[in-house]
Amino acid sequence: MRRILVPLLLLVALVGAGCGRSSPERDTTTQAGQAGFPVTLDGPGGKVEISQRPGRIVSLSPTATEMLFAIKAGAQVVAADSFSNYPKDAPKTDLSGHEPNVEAVAGYNPDLVVYSNDPGDLGPALRKLGVPALLLPAGKRLDDTYTQLQQLGQATGHTTEAQALVASMRADIQQIVAASKLERPLTYYHELDKNLFTATSQTFIGQLYAQLGLQNIADKADKDGSGYPQLSAEYVVKADPDLVFLADTKCCAQSATTVAARPGWRQVRAVRDGAVVELDDDVASRWGPRVVDFLRTVAARLDALVAVRS
Amino acid sequence: MRRRYLPGLLTEQREGRAPPAAPGLRPPGLRAGLLVAACLCLVAAALLAVLVGPVRLPPGGVVAELADRLPLVRVGSGLPDREAAILWQLRLPRVVLGGLVGAMLALAGAAYQGVFRNPLADPYLLGAAAGAGLGATLAIAYGPDTSSWPVGPLPLAAFAGAIVGVVSAYALGRAGGGRTTATLVLAGVAVTSFLTAVQTYVQQREAETLREVYGWILGRLTTAGWNDVVLILPYVAVSSAVIVAHRRLLDVLAVGDDEAGSLGVRAARVRLVVVAAASLGTAAAVAVSGLIAFVGIIVPHTIRLLAGSSYRLVVPLCLLLGAAFLILADLVARTVMAPAELPIGVITAFFGAPFFAVVLRTSRRTP
Repeated sequence: MRRILVPLLLLVALVGAGCGRSSPERDTTTQAGQAGFPVTLDGPGGKVEISQRPGRIVSLSPTATEMLFAIKAGAQVVAADSFSNYPKDAPKTDLSGHEPNVEAVAGYNPDLVVYSNDPGDLGPALRKLGVPALLLPAGKRLDDTYTQLQQLGQATGHTTEAQALVASMRADIQQIVAASKLERPLTYYHELDKNLFTATSQTFIGQLYAQLGLQNIADKADKDGSGYPQLSAEYVVKADPDLVFLADTKCCAQSATTVAARPGWRQVRAVRDGAVVELDDDVASRWGPRVVDFLRTVAARLDALVAVRS
Repeated sequence: MRRRYLPGLLTEQREGRAPPAAPGLRPPGLRAGLLVAACLCLVAAALLAVLVGPVRLPPGGVVAELADRLPLVRVGSGLPDREAAILWQLRLPRVVLGGLVGAMLALAGAAYQGVFRNPLADPYLLGAAAGAGLGATLAIAYGPDTSSWPVGPLPLAAFAGAIVGVVSAYALGRAGGGRTTATLVLAGVAVTSFLTAVQTYVQQREAETLREVYGWILGRLTTAGWNDVVLILPYVAVSSAVIVAHRRLLDVLAVGDDEAGSLGVRAARVRLVVVAAASLGTAAAVAVSGLIAFVGIIVPHTIRLLAGSSYRLVVPLCLLLGAAFLILADLVARTVMAPAELPIGVITAFFGAPFFAVVLRTSRRTP
């Protein structure tokens, strides 16, 4: 889906990023946005019809919130779920994205609801109320991120900004990947919680690591193909990963210090080499625009590690 | 002396028969044989669990490494540093902890069944599980950052929660006017429901804690270390000692409160002491390993089916075979999907329940 317009859009994105969220800009995008409606989106939750540019969006997914703000539709968001902690000015509320309550959502009088999981009948119930509900499930690969950004662009009247963002993300990621060529593959362990739940290379996050030439030690452990096995401590110590990435620094207060203090873990190369990387749990678990930041962080640590070793 | 109040003496007085005729009690020779067999089972299970794991360690090296630590034996270290660390810091503490937790849960289960004269009683009957669950959930959801503490907030909160659960059930049962077991059990049910409701509420409020709480409920020995062993050893030791010392009185309670009273046994007091000991031990076990279900029911009943129902034999056998059972269950948990882990609660239920059914079918004796 690479477009010829990439350099041009990249420029637009850079200019846009420079402007930030200044209020006059909102007005111009409002004018530009009205053109694309009504719009019909074909998503995993079925067809969603949006008759006019939404101005009261409820986002029940932290990733969707990040995406909406990144494509400059943030001003149209009236409420975001309780985990939408980024960006800072997202209108975080008590709404639960895990157990969405239709009445509570409808109470915000939304003209578009964006959600990432639906344990009950949120989508159909909202549609019955005449509220378009767009399902954006957890991304399985990077292309899902791009697709969802573009869907949100169409749904909110920010098609141009969405395309520009996708283009700039593609370009940034390409640049990061190209700049970090490992001479030999390094192994890593990505920790989701301190009970050693991890993600394999088949998961969204695992594919990002793979792009940088990293090898996942958990792949052998995933016989049922869930993508998120729980490892034995013995196995992690034996596998001796070059890097340990902690995606449980916020939830479970893990750090390079706590990892080094675990029984037997002093034997692990990553611990000895100071290559235990403390990630931001949120950035490492969302499939939004900040995957670029994530890749940049990881690439920087890779460079540092390679420099130390040589 | 307490010994005098044995049912054996009772039968002797009434029927003029020889003493060792307590219900279901085997002759002394057989009893010694069973105890020796149980000891061998435990040793075999522990050895197997030390030798087998997700990482292949050379058995010769492991044996040499273990023997080298014995006093007066110098055979040199049998393993390279990394393998030695895996053995000493990861595998061995896990086996020991599994043994302690299994012994404690089986023993507490037997004690509860004896005290409440209810075959379905388990160590979690009086709200220990629900209390520990609430404590653990609170610690996971709101626990402070305690990376510098020697003991994390989770075991402390789970331990405190279990104690609070049992104490409130006991207090409620007493306030309910009953010194009988029925009111206590009902109080346990009420406390359990209430604490579970609070726990569910907290979980709903703090949905990001769901997976960790869930993982804890299924039980875990995954991250066991020597510090966990040190943490629960005193509780397990004291609580086991108390229950073992009361094993004869449990036999007396089996005939009913009034009959026990007529033998000079104060049933309510014995009950309080045994329940306190069993609950304290259960709380300690739950604090480090989460809720490992079924051990407290399956092990004592299987032992009763095989060895008779006298607590003089059931209690020590529970101690030995409970340890062996959980060590083996944990061995399965960490090897069957290796190098991935299965929650141990799944194993104890999955293998324990059918095994129990088989024992029940093949035995002509009723518990």
